[in-house]
Amino acid sequence: MTRNPKRAAGETPLVEMDDVSISFGGIKAVDHVSVDLYPGEVVGLLGHNGAGKSTLIKMLSGAYQKETGEIRVNGQTVDIQNPRDARALNIETIYQTLALADNLDAASNLFLGRELVTPLGLVDDSAMEAECRKIMGRLNPNFQKFNEPVSALSGGQRQSVAIARAVYFNAKVLIMDEPTAALGPHETQMVAELIQQLKADGIGIFLIDHDVHAVMELCDRASVMKNGELVGTVEIDDVTDDDLLSMIILGKKPGEEAA
Amino acid sequence: MTDTTSQPIPERQKGNLFQQLELDLRLLGMIGAFVILCIGFNFLTDGRFLTPRNIFNLTIQTVSVAIMACGMVFVIVNRHIDLSVGALLATTSAIMAVTQTQILPHTLGLGLGNPAIWLITLLVGLAAGTLIGAFQGWMVGYLSIPAFIVTLGGFLVWRNVAWYLTDGQTIGPLDSTFLTFGGTNGTLGEATSWLLAALAAALAIWGIWGARRAKAGHGFPVKPAWAEATLCAITAGAIFGFIWILNSYHIPKRRLERMFEARGEVMPEGLEVGYGLPVSVLILITVAVVMTIIARRTRFGRYIFATGGNPDAAELSGINTRRLTVKIFALMGFLCALSAVIASARLSNHSNDIGTLDELRVIAAAVIGGTALSGGFGTIYGAILGALIMQALQSGMAMVGVDAPFQNIVVGTVLVLAVLIDIIYRKRVGAK
Repeated sequence: MTRNPKRAAGETPLVEMDDVSISFGGIKAVDHVSVDLYPGEVVGLLGHNGAGKSTLIKMLSGAYQKETGEIRVNGQTVDIQNPRDARALNIETIYQTLALADNLDAASNLFLGRELVTPLGLVDDSAMEAECRKIMGRLNPNFQKFNEPVSALSGGQRQSVAIARAVYFNAKVLIMDEPTAALGPHETQMVAELIQQLKADGIGIFLIDHDVHAVMELCDRASVMKNGELVGTVEIDDVTDDDLLSMIILGKKPGEEAA
Repeated sequence: MTDTTSQPIPERQKGNLFQQLELDLRLLGMIGAFVILCIGFNFLTDGRFLTPRNIFNLTIQTVSVAIMACGMVFVIVNRHIDLSVGALLATTSAIMAVTQTQILPHTLGLGLGNPAIWLITLLVGLAAGTLIGAFQGWMVGYLSIPAFIVTLGGFLVWRNVAWYLTDGQTIGPLDSTFLTFGGTNGTLGEATSWLLAALAAALAIWGIWGARRAKAGHGFPVKPAWAEATLCAITAGAIFGFIWILNSYHIPKRRLERMFEARGEVMPEGLEVGYGLPVSVLILITVAVVMTIIARRTRFGRYIFATGGNPDAAELSGINTRRLTVKIFALMGFLCALSAVIASARLSNHSNDIGTLDELRVIAAAVIGGTALSGGFGTIYGAILGALIMQALQSGMAMVGVDAPFQNIVVGTVLVLAVLIDIIYRKRVGAK
């Protein structure tokens, strides 16, 4: 059983979301859920549409503010009020919608909110393009459209811009919300390789995905949600595809079934 | 390919002349339309349209709307609208008129003609405009009231605040130093104008070569040297040409005589003095340059465009879009006050109807200049060119003797047509 060595050694988790809740208009979108993440680990978040996966993770990325519970990073309780706070804690997010400004070019999007500036305080486009070329050379060597707005890019190219933005700024925690939803097989493979590479670098990754097979292949653990509640967290090596599916559909942990 | 990148940089592709010069096709189209318009009117008026005198007048008539159009570009790019700019101009103009004719000289006892009056008035007006703009921006950004509603309300409120402040009366004459912002009463003369032209040309060329160096420094492809040189030559030529035209408009003899009399001198026989660059136009040029730098080279500008392109993405990137909205409207308010200075100084008094319908001219100028109402796209130079085209149309038709109703019918039609052409152009470019 290849359990995460850090977790096995009882070290402090990279991220702990402890008993967090949020509701919208009286409906509990996330209901007292706890998940954690260790360095070099990929934790899959599974569940139907509306199960609360994205909402849970948006409290970590700063898009929403939790109502109850606690978030700890490296054992320290943190207060994440907005995306800036999350970024300051090296928590980076790749959103399902990619969150790109379509009218700007790749480099402007890569550095959006964190522009490189000249000594005079002016935006340094040339330096940003140079950095953008560097990271794209690593992520997607075929990428060439540096001087066009990202609306002119293909789905895969846009995805690589969004990924580059998360990876470039020394992320320690990476949140990927359905990173392969819009991609072809080749690009999906590229993302899978990237996840392995980032994992080896000691980055902790939350992976939200519908595809049980992808989760089985890429993740170390999986947390399954249903109707805003956590069904359970399992070791991938301990379960089968069918176990995960029954957790998603029936909301039952494998152990409960036998009992 | 250089050491600084791991991504191969492709060889520069050779294209046709325009591609090599990397000129903005939309800009060229607008300049083309403007030139055709001017030549057409010149033909219809037997050469009266393209005289130094008319070009001078056209320029100073455009300034007020053009300055506000620069601010409107930011507002519209950020997916908002400001319907209150004409009313805000009236309110700030009224505040400044009352400040310089009543409060400062009488209530505070500085006396009429005190040299500090114009400066204090200017600061009071600009501060008032900025504050009112920021207040409207706060309502849009933090209270989430649509900008259309906030500024529609503002349109009624500020138009009538102006009325209330002045009891609807025309206030004048304004402070004599203050009047130098208006146009004919404040020009720089020939020598200073030439000097400024040389300075501007040098700065422009320095800027073009600086951008080229920055690109080359990172190993990016640059335009061929001849193209860059041509661009420099065109820019310098345009600057000097413009100043040459303004310098060729001579101060009328009577007026010149009065100016000499005022100084207690006798005018030398046969003296010819050109007006040169009006102060108001110099202010417009400064605003245009500063606003272009803000749009392209500052974080503030980058965030305006990013938010216009995708507000959610901007928010998720940690941009404080609410505060950004306040800043944009505050800047718009500042520019309205600046326009109020120029508009009231040009008329040499504050009248109750000052700035009426300016909101529509300003929005039209920005839109004709290629600012997309859906947000995310727009240029400062486009908006200024848009304001020029509208003013040229208006005064050209007046000179030709087109009936007043037809003038507005034509301007309205041109606005709609310009947007149609823009939509078709975008589709073509996007489809490629």
